[in-house]
Amino acid sequence: MTTHPSEKKSRFDPEPMPRRDFLGLAALGAMIAAFALSIFGMLKLPKAAVSASPAKKFNVALPDTLPEGEAFVPPGRNVAVFRDDEGVFAISTVCTHLGCIVKKSSAGFDCPCHGSGFQKDGTVRKGPAPKPLPWLKVSKNGGVLTIDEETNVKTGTKV
Amino acid sequence: MAADGYSALHEFWLNLRAIPNHVYRAMFRGGPPKTDRTRSSFIFGNVFLHLHSVRTHLWSLRWSTTMGLGIMTTAAFLITLITGILLMFYYKPYPDVAYQSIKDIHFIVPTGRFMRNIHRWAANVMVIAVILHMARAFYTASYRKPREFNWFIGWGLLVTTLGLSFTGYLLPWDQLAYWAITIGANIAQSPREITDALGITAWADIGGLQREILLGSDKVGEEALIRFYLLHVMILPLALVMLMAVHFWRIRKDGGLAKPANADELVAEEAKEFYPVFTDAPTKTYHLAAVVKGKTAAVGSGPEHTVPSMPHLFYAELGVLMLTTLICVALAFVSDAPLKELANPLVPENPAKAPWYFLGLQEIVSFSAFMGGIGIPMLCVIGLGLIPFLDREKEGTGSWFGGPGGWKLVKWSVVVGFAASIGVEAFAIHFGWLREWFPDIPQLLITFINPGTVLTAIYAVYSIWAVRRYNSTRAGALALFTCFLCGFIVLTVIGTYFRGPNWDFFWSPSDWGGH
Repeated sequence: MTTHPSEKKSRFDPEPMPRRDFLGLAALGAMIAAFALSIFGMLKLPKAAVSASPAKKFNVALPDTLPEGEAFVPPGRNVAVFRDDEGVFAISTVCTHLGCIVKKSSAGFDCPCHGSGFQKDGTVRKGPAPKPLPWLKVSKNGGVLTIDEETNVKTGTKV
Repeated sequence: MAADGYSALHEFWLNLRAIPNHVYRAMFRGGPPKTDRTRSSFIFGNVFLHLHSVRTHLWSLRWSTTMGLGIMTTAAFLITLITGILLMFYYKPYPDVAYQSIKDIHFIVPTGRFMRNIHRWAANVMVIAVILHMARAFYTASYRKPREFNWFIGWGLLVTTLGLSFTGYLLPWDQLAYWAITIGANIAQSPREITDALGITAWADIGGLQREILLGSDKVGEEALIRFYLLHVMILPLALVMLMAVHFWRIRKDGGLAKPANADELVAEEAKEFYPVFTDAPTKTYHLAAVVKGKTAAVGSGPEHTVPSMPHLFYAELGVLMLTTLICVALAFVSDAPLKELANPLVPENPAKAPWYFLGLQEIVSFSAFMGGIGIPMLCVIGLGLIPFLDREKEGTGSWFGGPGGWKLVKWSVVVGFAASIGVEAFAIHFGWLREWFPDIPQLLITFINPGTVLTAIYAVYSIWAVRRYNSTRAGALALFTCFLCGFIVLTVIGTYFRGPNWDFFWSPSDWGGH
């Protein structure tokens, strides 16, 4: 069976291949794009919008008899609070290396995990810690101190 | 209408009696594997066994070719899979409750303690076996063309295995677990060491993002536990099984195990004991030689140096499975899996130690979090993955320590590997490092110049020397791989036995004292 070129094509006549290829490729491309986008959407799930953790701000009252240079550790907090002639200050006890809790020692602070050492003001004395222990924001309301674990202040800030 | 003149009822009775026999025949269509022909169909007619070729070259069956290490890794995985599923009956992934459920498993659940011990020992055996298996594949130069991709898959299996071990470590929710994971999560965060030094953390906090996704929170808590649990029992095992399927499939498709060019001559004596040709040819042949890349045993040399995989290969594999089970069960009898006190986020273990195979890492982490935890490991992992694409040589494929330099170079590399790592460690332990001498030194300098990077540099220089000396990339690879293996051993031993409270150096744990 031959068809004359001028004859009107039936809708049952096969389409020329290139268009089919194009449609096929377009469909494949659309599918890949749709899946890629959905994967991108799914990847958003594991990153929580709000993370469950206790409040970072807390109130604490220092004991009247806290000697100078001795740390007061509020219960359940990784913070050391000090008092001297110039005022009160709080230093985080979370090691800046890999997050272990440093211990007060005669030289300052020592980390049990990888041997980082810090001076009494939190600056790095030895070991792998990349940064000094951060000083935390302390505000006074009468006899009660409010310590904000999320806000760092300059080393040496006392209130 | 019943055939053969029997009544339908009688035939029903006969069929009923024949059920066991018919079911057996429907399952194993080829019949019992008694001739070469039925042995072949026993394998290619079985979905699980047909990953094997129906005949195996005698070289592949030699103990010294593989030492059964791949099968041992697989066997250990199967043991962890079975015991792991059993443990899941009682384990509850929620802080504190998790710890209590492990205690229940240990003290109350029938055989619970034993199953947990086996699970833990099989995991250790798996880690050791997978490392040795990698070393075997490396030293016999089995990663070369056409097996490059399978080496790649094996590399993925190594990483997944270590990931499984690490995620399993948190689940008991004891002190050891809690602090090991805190450290691990902070290693994920350690790119901050670089971004902080460059002052770009506010815009590109890769480290913080990694840690947040891993923990699902800003500290190790219930979110972290459920994530690690999910990784441990679902995501990583699935990934492992998929990679294993590709890995086994590829062995076959890449032409079986790597053999030296003269393997046929080497096994000629043994081959005389076997029938030289098929006694009863299989009805189905696959003509794989046309599809499979590389030389197969059947190309140009006939099947003379091969034996039926059933029973020769399978019995060897089952033997390794038995041996692995025996090792795990025996160890589980004599040594209990540890369980310390309940996790306490306020007081770290002192010293807080990761599982032993991460203690080498912890040792270099104690010099720089980023370099030790991410920089150098990434270098090793990328280097390992790229070996087959860098070493395109031919000499020595399939032979132990094959290639230029050979055993002599490996021997010297062992000496250099041990000497350099012990030397650098001794120096750092005795004299301290840059920060002790120059307290105000910038962090970036310590990140890039620390005992870990110095050791890596020494190994790199030595390997470049080996490349030049033997005029061969393979020689350099032999030197570097051996050095890193020795360094891994030295750092692991120091981290395990010679580091005590505050990560200080001690000659013996009995000197640790109270803390």
